[in-house]
Amino acid sequence: MTTAALPAPVRTATATRGDGFAGTGALLRLALRRDRIVATVWILLFVVMAASSAAASQSLFTTVESRMRAAAAVNGTPATLALYGRVFDPTSLGAVSMFKLGAMGAALVALVAIFTVVRHTRSEEESGRLEMIGATVVGRYAALTAALLLAVGTTVVLALLTALVLAGSGLPAAGALAFGLSWAGAGIAFAAVGAVTAQVTESARTANGLGAAVLAAAYLLRAAGDATGVDTSTWLSWLSPIGWAQQVRPFAGDRWWVLAYLVVFAVLVSLGAYALVARRDLGAGLLAQRPGRPAATPRLATPLALAVRLHRGALTGWLVGVALGGLVLGSIASQVGDFIDTPQARDMIMKLGGERGLTDAFLSAEMGILGLIVSAYGISAAMRLRAEETAGRLEPMLATHTSRVRWAWSHVAVALAGTTVLMVAVGLFAGFAHGAAVGDYGQIGRVVVAALVQLPAVWVLTGITVAVFGLAPGLIMAGWGALTVFLVLGQLGSVLGLPQWLMDLSPFTHSPKLPGGTLSAMPLVSLTVIAAVLLIVGMWGFRRRDIG
Amino acid sequence: MTTAISVSGLVKTFGQTCALDGLDLTVDTGEVHGFLGPNGAGKSTTIRVLLGLLRADAGEATLLGGDPWADATNLHRRLAYVPGDVSLWPNLSGGEVIDLLGRLRGGLDPKRRTDLLERFDLDPTKKGRTYSKGNRQKVALVAALSSDVELLVLDEPTSGLDPLMEAVFQDCINEERERGRTVLLSSHILAEVESLCDRVSIIRLGRTVETGTLSELRHLTRTSISAELAAPPNGLADHAGVHDLKISGNQVKFDVDTKELDAVLRRLTDVGVRSLTSQPPTLEELFLRHYESDLAGETARHAAVTR
Repeated sequence: MTTAALPAPVRTATATRGDGFAGTGALLRLALRRDRIVATVWILLFVVMAASSAAASQSLFTTVESRMRAAAAVNGTPATLALYGRVFDPTSLGAVSMFKLGAMGAALVALVAIFTVVRHTRSEEESGRLEMIGATVVGRYAALTAALLLAVGTTVVLALLTALVLAGSGLPAAGALAFGLSWAGAGIAFAAVGAVTAQVTESARTANGLGAAVLAAAYLLRAAGDATGVDTSTWLSWLSPIGWAQQVRPFAGDRWWVLAYLVVFAVLVSLGAYALVARRDLGAGLLAQRPGRPAATPRLATPLALAVRLHRGALTGWLVGVALGGLVLGSIASQVGDFIDTPQARDMIMKLGGERGLTDAFLSAEMGILGLIVSAYGISAAMRLRAEETAGRLEPMLATHTSRVRWAWSHVAVALAGTTVLMVAVGLFAGFAHGAAVGDYGQIGRVVVAALVQLPAVWVLTGITVAVFGLAPGLIMAGWGALTVFLVLGQLGSVLGLPQWLMDLSPFTHSPKLPGGTLSAMPLVSLTVIAAVLLIVGMWGFRRRDIG
Repeated sequence: MTTAISVSGLVKTFGQTCALDGLDLTVDTGEVHGFLGPNGAGKSTTIRVLLGLLRADAGEATLLGGDPWADATNLHRRLAYVPGDVSLWPNLSGGEVIDLLGRLRGGLDPKRRTDLLERFDLDPTKKGRTYSKGNRQKVALVAALSSDVELLVLDEPTSGLDPLMEAVFQDCINEERERGRTVLLSSHILAEVESLCDRVSIIRLGRTVETGTLSELRHLTRTSISAELAAPPNGLADHAGVHDLKISGNQVKFDVDTKELDAVLRRLTDVGVRSLTSQPPTLEELFLRHYESDLAGETARHAAVTR
């Protein structure tokens, strides 16, 4: 895992055979060398998350009765089913303890796998480093193979360590292994998805975004399948690799054969990626380049116009994604009311903070999740500041009559306006779908407000990214780190048994729970002020520091 | 004569590395000034300080009469910059980049833009990611040269250009000079510097080691002499300015400092010259001498570090 060896010179003998895989070993060693810290941190993060979840839940559910009660509440509440999935065996300690980490954890492992594969394929190609390596004795498939081996290896190590700590915490060993392997299966399946998206687009950023979109679609499919099924998941869940990972049912039957779905999926999708590699030129994507304009339109005359132009494509993609997500979740919300008659469900509503009914509670929880997702857009848009700087495109801009603050503000403005547009779209589409289902379009306004109150928390994350950019640009990834921490605090904090003051650190804890909850101005104003201060601090730091 | 760029005692350190160590540079208005030095000597760092991208740790820098850090935005209206490694936005066409940079600088001359695109044989419809290195360089050159500015700051602007385009570039710079513009040209191509520059500054290890006009610098070079004399020479060995003397019978071979050339030739004709060949001084030798001593200094420094 942490080998420090640099790639040895590749044997020339392998080249003479025209072997497309020549040099894979050397590239794999190089990838391990580059990722030795990042991969270790990721693995430990997941293992610790699983271990602390198991430890915290086991003390909560000591009796079979307590487990059955909790499982009934979960399985009777579509909102929880959509978010986390089903408890397949209400009597099983493992199934009840780990249900929140099953699908959610699998999706996070899958996300890391996508990023890993893209980082070692398309990013390398885009930067031109792969061209340098490709001129040595390295086969056409070597980079892709090395990236896939790295991603698969990382997820398998992660799975085995997770299984080990779960078994060590007193859960059944077989279930622990099934749990770990369900994570690994999702990781391997989406490593293959990342391999394909890396071939399709010319930019690593788009490849990551496309992979994440596929993952989001898979998560939504299983959310719809789990939430709409009575006593079991519907066929929709079986269209999703994340759904398959859940259907392994760790601690609740350990259905090993479902893992084969994931492996077969991964193999088939990877073969697709290899077929694409064989058919395209180095550096090219699938879509041919069209010639551009010989001259700029009159509008392209300010830093802001340039920023809008640079962010346009990604923002459009995000808009389509959140609109679809809003539609799906809005239409599910109307079916949630059917389950209102169980006392366990009522219990769950109160826990979720809903007062006006299960549907409101569900919508409110979904808006929280979508707020987190949209803040990822805010972070990535703000990180463009650093990307422009390191790519050397900032210097020529600043050598013109453009001040640092004006330039930085152009990207920040797009991040702030873009997140606003996205949350409005979330509210409109979810509200429309929900309104159509219940035959009351007056719902649209309520849902749009529920979406908009998430914005100040979203802007705090943009602010954190900009502050890091201004003060310590080398640590720009801290933006993602903050999002991960807030995600863990908000979605898993109660499962992990974290103290309230720690969960209060997440801005999303303070967002009003709408619709249904009370709308108070205080948290919204405070969060907006915090975001503004972070932005100003970032600008202040950026004005004073060296460029490059 | 006014001064466009005036730098004295400039110091800039990055952590442990000292990039600029008391650098001096003066560029007069209207001249083309060559800025030379081996890789890592501090050329780009100096230019970045002059552009207000880096803040100097010590020393004075004045650019077009202003402070390059504090007045950066306003000064940049009056200058154009071409980096040595141009990076373009992948999804913007070359034409769009030229227009954008020109407008951000305060406007560009459309006639000159068309003319330059043709002379540099550049297709403005291609997207940034599809340009080769040389073509990316051309995009930045066209953007800079078609802007109406007083000062051109060029950091190895011709890296990646083919010889034909190199000639076009030299023509363009000569036209700029005729229009009275000031050019700071950092370069490794000595032929380019010899044909374009009025004055030259050579830096190494963050310090200026030589500065002056080309003819002044030529005086610092040596001429190689090889001659057959009527009789064995005498007194040549301890004559000032004579180096690497080799005598075999009536044959002599040596290098002589250009400023001692006259005196040494008199000494030879006193003896009687049968035949004589001389190699004229080249700037290349001068540069190499500085570059090589830099290399030696670098090695010594590394040795000191490893110890």
